[in-house]
Amino acid sequence: MALPVRIRLLIAVVAFLSIAAAVPVHAQKLGPDGAPNPTASVVDEQTLLKQAPRVEGRIDIPDNKATVLIQPAGRTWEYFHEVLLRWGGAIVIVGTIVLLGLAYLIIGRIRIAAGRSGQKILRFKAFERFSHWLTAVSFVVLGLTGLNITFGKILLLPVVGPDAFSDISQAAKYVHNFTSFSFVAGLVLIIVIFFRDNLFEKVDLKWLKQGGGFIKNKHAPAGRFNLGEKLVYWLSLAAGVAVSVSGFLLLFPFYGTDIADMQLAQVVHAVVAVLFVALILAHIYIGTLGMEGAFEAMGTGEVDLNWAKEHHDLWLAQELGKEDRQGQPSAAPAE
Amino acid sequence: MARMKFLCDADRCIECNACVTACKNENEVPWGINRRRVVTINDGKPGERSVSMACMHCTDAPCAAVCPVTCIYPTEDGIVLHSKDLCIGCGYCFYACPFGAPQYPQVGNFGSRGKMDKCTYCAGGGGTEASGSAEEFDKYGSNRFGEGKLPLCAEMCSTKSLLAGDGDIIAQIYKERVLKRGYGSGAWGWMTAYHEGIEV
Repeated sequence: MALPVRIRLLIAVVAFLSIAAAVPVHAQKLGPDGAPNPTASVVDEQTLLKQAPRVEGRIDIPDNKATVLIQPAGRTWEYFHEVLLRWGGAIVIVGTIVLLGLAYLIIGRIRIAAGRSGQKILRFKAFERFSHWLTAVSFVVLGLTGLNITFGKILLLPVVGPDAFSDISQAAKYVHNFTSFSFVAGLVLIIVIFFRDNLFEKVDLKWLKQGGGFIKNKHAPAGRFNLGEKLVYWLSLAAGVAVSVSGFLLLFPFYGTDIADMQLAQVVHAVVAVLFVALILAHIYIGTLGMEGAFEAMGTGEVDLNWAKEHHDLWLAQELGKEDRQGQPSAAPAE
Repeated sequence: MARMKFLCDADRCIECNACVTACKNENEVPWGINRRRVVTINDGKPGERSVSMACMHCTDAPCAAVCPVTCIYPTEDGIVLHSKDLCIGCGYCFYACPFGAPQYPQVGNFGSRGKMDKCTYCAGGGGTEASGSAEEFDKYGSNRFGEGKLPLCAEMCSTKSLLAGDGDIIAQIYKERVLKRGYGSGAWGWMTAYHEGIEV
């Protein structure tokens, strides 16, 4: 937070200089006898608020955040939280669900064109699946407990009543705060173990040109991860880092941050989280309802050979090549 | 119905902090919680002013709007109260408050702030406790308002800088003061709290 402080200081200095130039006698009003009259040298709130976004002073109590006398930005933050975030969040999340519903109605479930071969090949090792589900379960818990802060009082409060809703929300707050650690652990694992296979390659462009496997009779070639999966990886990485950093700032309030930083952290946390939820909704859709044979990759870890052929042909060829070199019959069950 | 407000005439405040002490004593506020504080602007420079600040009991109170469990609400006198039974200690009211009024008994890492505490206008609590009861006093402090009295901070202010009472009346008092002495730094926080200043 060193840079924003410096920038703010710069803005304050520029504002101060411009005002000092415009009203040079403001600080020293003269009395009728021509002598400076300190009592009449009034600083008023509006002048101070024109110089800086908030009025700050000196205080006797050892609490730095109490030095802020007036911060009108509180009302701006309220507007963000109660209007922009609530409507924006609702539109983005409900909109995503509607779009996915339409996709299901129009495109339908993407079947394994050649049908199941009955032969399986290992796609995700146990540790990879553990990392995924650690992050996934944490994400769902964080998502629901987080959405409760913005939407709970509209959706849940009228149903369960104020006392039960308070108990639920208090528990949800602590669950949210402590699940953050398992989410970050899972996120770090995912970032590390899937990093190499998510680097962009030339074949990703070809995959895109072929319609990403959404168009029948058009084969979209891909390695271990296709471009869609890679985008989910990189967007999750970016969003995950953003929610984690902003979340930890909120978890340790006013440690090296001031009121404006805390508000900004909350705005970043909420906006990124809503977009993250939308991204993961799409990810969940394509991994379950949207595509036959996809879920078992993260479920049992093994996928059907024909599914692999249709969606990850280059990866399959590589895997089969490996097995050949190890002297095993190709296309055999992996275990 | 009277609309209760605070007004700090900064040109009279001598930064004696007696309002802070009176508040702490009257409400038996625990250590670390400062429902009222005095902030000095331009300390040691020409135009230095001190302003006594607590919850301003805002019109369209932003704390009440952002509270995820809606435990903060205005009374018919315009006093903003809250229920500590419902408060979950999320800290959002502090981010929304333009005056830094909400206080928490703990520092607050991992969301462990405890129940929010703030100036109640010496009007007891917004919970289910009976008005003027010992339970209410333990949780929220004094209920002078229920006895027809104004907040102690303003009542014992030695220079009568801090005014409490019906917003129209204290605005009128301030207006007369400014006209008589010929200057005034304005009603601090009024534009932000009540969407109106005091025209003199």
